[in-house]
Amino acid sequence: MVTGVSREITGELVPEAEADPDLVRAHVAVGAVVDPELPMLTLADLGVLRGVEIEPTGRVVVTLTPTYTGCPALATMRADVRLALAAAGFEEAEVRTALSPAWSTDWISEQGRQALREHGIAPPAHVGSDAHDTSGSTSVDLVLMPRPPAPACPRCGATASREVSRFGASACTSLHVCTVCGEPFDGVKPL
Amino acid sequence: MAPTPPRDEHDEYDAYAGLVEAGEETRWAFGSGFDDPLAGVDVSVPPGADGPALAAYCLMLGDDALVLAQRLAQWCTRAPELEEEVALANIGLDLVGQTRLLYARAAAADPSVVPTLPPGSPAPPEDRLAFFRGPEEYRCVWLVEQPNGDFAATVVRLVVFAAWRLTLLGRLRTSRDPVLAAVSAKGVKEVRYHRDYAARWLLTLAGGTVESRRRTEAALESLWPCVEELGRTDDVSERLVADGVAADPAAAFEDTSAFLHRLLEEGGLRVPTGSPEPAPGTPGGRLGVHSPWLGSLLEEMQGIARAHPAGRW
Repeated sequence: MVTGVSREITGELVPEAEADPDLVRAHVAVGAVVDPELPMLTLADLGVLRGVEIEPTGRVVVTLTPTYTGCPALATMRADVRLALAAAGFEEAEVRTALSPAWSTDWISEQGRQALREHGIAPPAHVGSDAHDTSGSTSVDLVLMPRPPAPACPRCGATASREVSRFGASACTSLHVCTVCGEPFDGVKPL
Repeated sequence: MAPTPPRDEHDEYDAYAGLVEAGEETRWAFGSGFDDPLAGVDVSVPPGADGPALAAYCLMLGDDALVLAQRLAQWCTRAPELEEEVALANIGLDLVGQTRLLYARAAAADPSVVPTLPPGSPAPPEDRLAFFRGPEEYRCVWLVEQPNGDFAATVVRLVVFAAWRLTLLGRLRTSRDPVLAAVSAKGVKEVRYHRDYAARWLLTLAGGTVESRRRTEAALESLWPCVEELGRTDDVSERLVADGVAADPAAAFEDTSAFLHRLLEEGGLRVPTGSPEPAPGTPGGRLGVHSPWLGSLLEEMQGIARAHPAGRW
């Protein structure tokens, strides 16, 4: 039998009612690992941590999902998860990949959104139902995506901003300029 | 591995501290860790599907993405503005990511597609497929092989490619192969951004100056002969469409054309004439017959890896 902690798509990681202390410890260790590119976010806040389990042999199995398929941070995340578990005394650990359902920025927690804002990065607008499109629809829109709403400036809070480029310094960000205070800022692209 | 020399835990000026955590080779430099991108994913071939055909199909989709990614990378230090350079590199990075998963899927479905290297080579299957196959083993379409040309030509090529790939990946979300379906579902989200980026630039260039419009029209005329190939089918696709694994090339092409016609109309651009109907069996990229441009592109991309087949990067 596998003791498990599972992550609801929009909820927080909640250990099962009678989780053993080891599992809680493993979960705390993994939960504290941060994204190497957005270090104000833990992997749980980013929504890429899909599960922490302890197998009967004592091996910890962590499931991560990639943000963008080409994001080079994933290899570092995997290594950091192993390091964190080793530091917590779990020598045997495996990090698995879950490709489906595909990650969406809607999975970034409220706490994560606040942390982004505090660090000068605009959190992404909510994507909604399209984020978890498992409807089996085979066609894709022939029309272009509507422009996402202009993100509020994380510096001065003004809601007016201009998109400079939809592609920013990392795979997940776009570039904006506040039209009130004039500061440039990064925003996490809704995906 | 040599034992790590003891170092002062409190030396905050040691630039190497944290880079050389004992026993963690994977962390030695950012992003350099090579591990199986499908670790923990069930890669068994679905019942009734043909493993070798599935592998060949994933190589086609992967080769298209990798070769275009290499072309986009050639814009680094050459793009009109820093923002565009970053955008083109980001799009290329997404395509490399898709390639990596598709190559790993191909290698798992049919290990015999992976080139053999000298014993002890640490190159993972994805790298072997990228760096150790010649042009005749690549299955990409001609469109992605063509030189970048000017920015207008790059934009025209990108919008055609992204529109086409979006219709393919959109259909593949319901592939009977769950790995291909998952990779496609992720890819759709990424390629939607690519298509929008290129489409907005196309309209900007078409409605810009006399010179930008002239260049856009010239790019359309010169790349249009490569468009017809996107609608062709081939033995591998045909078999896998029947199995519910692959996307129907003709149906995907129809959607692609509809999008492109609408976009060109929006920009007041004429659809180039002289694009023949898809001719089944015409030698093309899917059969390993390529334009001369692919050879030089691969030479540049593969040179170092081929010179050091046992190299550790």
